[in-house]
Amino acid sequence: MDTPPKAIAGVSTFLDDRLGAGSFLKRNLRKMFPDHWSFLLGEIALYSFIVLLLTGTFLTFWFKPSMGHVMYDGSYEPLKGIMMSEAYASTLNISFDVRGGLLIRQIHHWAALLFVAGMVVHMLRVFFTGAYRKPRELNWLIGIGLLSLALFEGLTGYSLPDDLLSGAGLRITQGVILSIPLIGTYIQFFLFGGEYPGEDIISRFFTLHILLIPGILLALITAHMILMWVQKHTQMPGKGRTEKNVVGAPFYPAFMAKAGAYFLFTFGVLALLGTFAQINPIWLFGPYTPADISAGSQPDWYMGFLEGSLRLMVPWEINLFGTSGGTIPLSVLIPALVPLGIIMTGLALYPFLEQWVTGDRREHHIADRPRNNAHRTSIGISAVTFYGILWLLGANDEISANFHIGLYETTIFGRFAIFLGPVIAYIITYRVCIGLQRKDAEVVSHGVESGVIKRMPNGEYIEVHTPPADDILAHIRGKKEIPVIESGVDREGIPPKGARSLIGRLRAKMSKAYGTDRIPLEEGHGHGEEHAAVGAGERKEVH
Amino acid sequence: MIGTGRSVNSITARRRHPLARFAVVALALGLLGGGYALAAPTGSTADAAVASGKADDVAQGKDLFIAHCASCHGLNAEGTKSGPTLVGVGAAAVDFQVSSGRMPASDPGAQAPRKPLDEWVTPQAIDQLAAYVQSLGGGPTRPAAEQVDPAKGDPAKGGELFRANCIQCHNFVGAGGALTYGKYAPSLNESSPTQIYEAMATGPQAMPVFNDSTITPDQKRDMIAYITSVRSQVDPGGSGLGRIGPVTEGLVAWIAGISLLVLAAIWITAKKRQAHS
Repeated sequence: MDTPPKAIAGVSTFLDDRLGAGSFLKRNLRKMFPDHWSFLLGEIALYSFIVLLLTGTFLTFWFKPSMGHVMYDGSYEPLKGIMMSEAYASTLNISFDVRGGLLIRQIHHWAALLFVAGMVVHMLRVFFTGAYRKPRELNWLIGIGLLSLALFEGLTGYSLPDDLLSGAGLRITQGVILSIPLIGTYIQFFLFGGEYPGEDIISRFFTLHILLIPGILLALITAHMILMWVQKHTQMPGKGRTEKNVVGAPFYPAFMAKAGAYFLFTFGVLALLGTFAQINPIWLFGPYTPADISAGSQPDWYMGFLEGSLRLMVPWEINLFGTSGGTIPLSVLIPALVPLGIIMTGLALYPFLEQWVTGDRREHHIADRPRNNAHRTSIGISAVTFYGILWLLGANDEISANFHIGLYETTIFGRFAIFLGPVIAYIITYRVCIGLQRKDAEVVSHGVESGVIKRMPNGEYIEVHTPPADDILAHIRGKKEIPVIESGVDREGIPPKGARSLIGRLRAKMSKAYGTDRIPLEEGHGHGEEHAAVGAGERKEVH
Repeated sequence: MIGTGRSVNSITARRRHPLARFAVVALALGLLGGGYALAAPTGSTADAAVASGKADDVAQGKDLFIAHCASCHGLNAEGTKSGPTLVGVGAAAVDFQVSSGRMPASDPGAQAPRKPLDEWVTPQAIDQLAAYVQSLGGGPTRPAAEQVDPAKGDPAKGGELFRANCIQCHNFVGAGGALTYGKYAPSLNESSPTQIYEAMATGPQAMPVFNDSTITPDQKRDMIAYITSVRSQVDPGGSGLGRIGPVTEGLVAWIAGISLLVLAAIWITAKKRQAHS
């Protein structure tokens, strides 16, 4: 009875003989996927991307990527008879006259926000658990590429409807391009096909937005997935989990069901948002004219940190040879390029810098718990703080207007916070990590509190500790030492050649700081006198 | 007074009473104020008001002014360190400021906010105050009802003017925005058509004046039509999220969107397959 019916067997044999699908499926359907909620975060981005492709296709059926002038004659009264671009008029048409158009437009926009947000939370998960380490550095770099492209994809999409708000974003983009020394003006004339705003930019952005960038995104996402599949997913430390195995559920049926359910969840959340929360109401903004600008003009959230850096920047500029030689507007150039550069370059280089500092060339398939690499976690949190302050201050006018805080006060606060905030965040995070490590060490050496208070014959009270459960213990014991490069001092106390230079010494110093385990798990019971009573009691109970 | 030592003593005693100095000051102020009140309405600017039968309004308005406004704007509306002169601001300015509750200001901040009206602020009281201030030196008058009737304006034309002139401070739907040094462009959602007109005509607080040669009365009516039609519009896409643009959208994407999906992820992965037992 175990043989399949002939109708199925025939077809599958046909396919198997020609595609070799049988052995492929046999190998891959049973592939194991580890179970942890944070491993699903990247799927938010993946499924949002699918929704974006589908809704985007719908939108292209009616959107006209043209800056030709038309008079609006649709069903939205307050704009009737107004001259506008075809792009804007067709977006109004999608919103008010195409059945389901507004819903699809809103889902598309919400999906765009969640696409980037999903990427960011996924990236943070990968960073804080050290899942970017060998052999996954290339996949990490692909991820950085995806994130950068997503920002650009968002920017071009945001500009397409040619409403007043998108025009403000376009104008800033043009300003940034112009601020690039020497070649800036050439690039702007090339990109816009003449003076700003010209007649070409919408159709050019359209091609980029629906063809080129999604194409590259799709290719990179595929590569990202294949690499993940081939290299296998990292897993959290735990019982029975080693660097050589993967403990979890097989792709078919368990993981596939979960992934499918998660797609439906993502789609459901996007549909909910698209139905109940209005996004990008272009009819309220009005058509774009370069002369108009609205208070509260903001980019979508993922560009907010660039907006913030622009708002925080002090008005510096360099005038070469008076004003005749040309101006380098540092007040635009620095905020546009430096924070983005710090964040993206920092992300891309981090796996390699970490390898260089620790000298760690091993493969890692067990993820780190963030607390166990205190310096990495602190660096990550201070980067998040840096980003977060810029992001927050990108909305300083709304903060000022809604919370009645002076506008300049927010700027001045931001100018200090952008330097102090990351430092404070580093220190606090480091202390928190060390504290959590202490707690782990305590659980390993003392056990967990049982809630039972016991009175000893000599009148002393102790709290009885019991050994932790196996899985918790295995999870904690998954802590892995971070290698420190050997100082390699020979018998005369002379370090090797490479470690003598300034950089060599710095590297050795950083390596020692980064790798030294301050709270080893097996520290026994040496906790000092004040714990003697508890220690004495628990030794009796535990052993 | 000789021979009436007792009464002299009593007068002296009263003269030295602790409250005596206040009584003297009050008497002097009363004489001054009363004398002034008798003298002031004889000013020539009031002639027109007298002729049109509004002299009563002017006089009543002056009383109200002395009671509620003079401490900052001066007894003659000439202005003090804490308030500007009101000579020449016109009835429109009075109506805008008082009917929106901005004046009398409760405290000298960067900007007087809209607030609930005091009990004494009735339409009649505003009329009287306005008549008084108008009598001082002219200025923009209040618009007639049909000048601010949204139904008579063209919202599409008004929208263009609104985008060109107002939204850089008031935001694209008039939700308001921040200005420097603690000032702000208030939300227009609570402003009556008359108040919107008067604000354009008089330029209250940080706002510039859009006089009739910059924006004609008809254009003002178009703008009023646009503002009132957009603010009464039901958002077709769901909740408007405050209509302040992408900031609240980003918050919703993170707080609602990402939170819901994280909860879903936790839920999905928490359902462990039970071992066969």
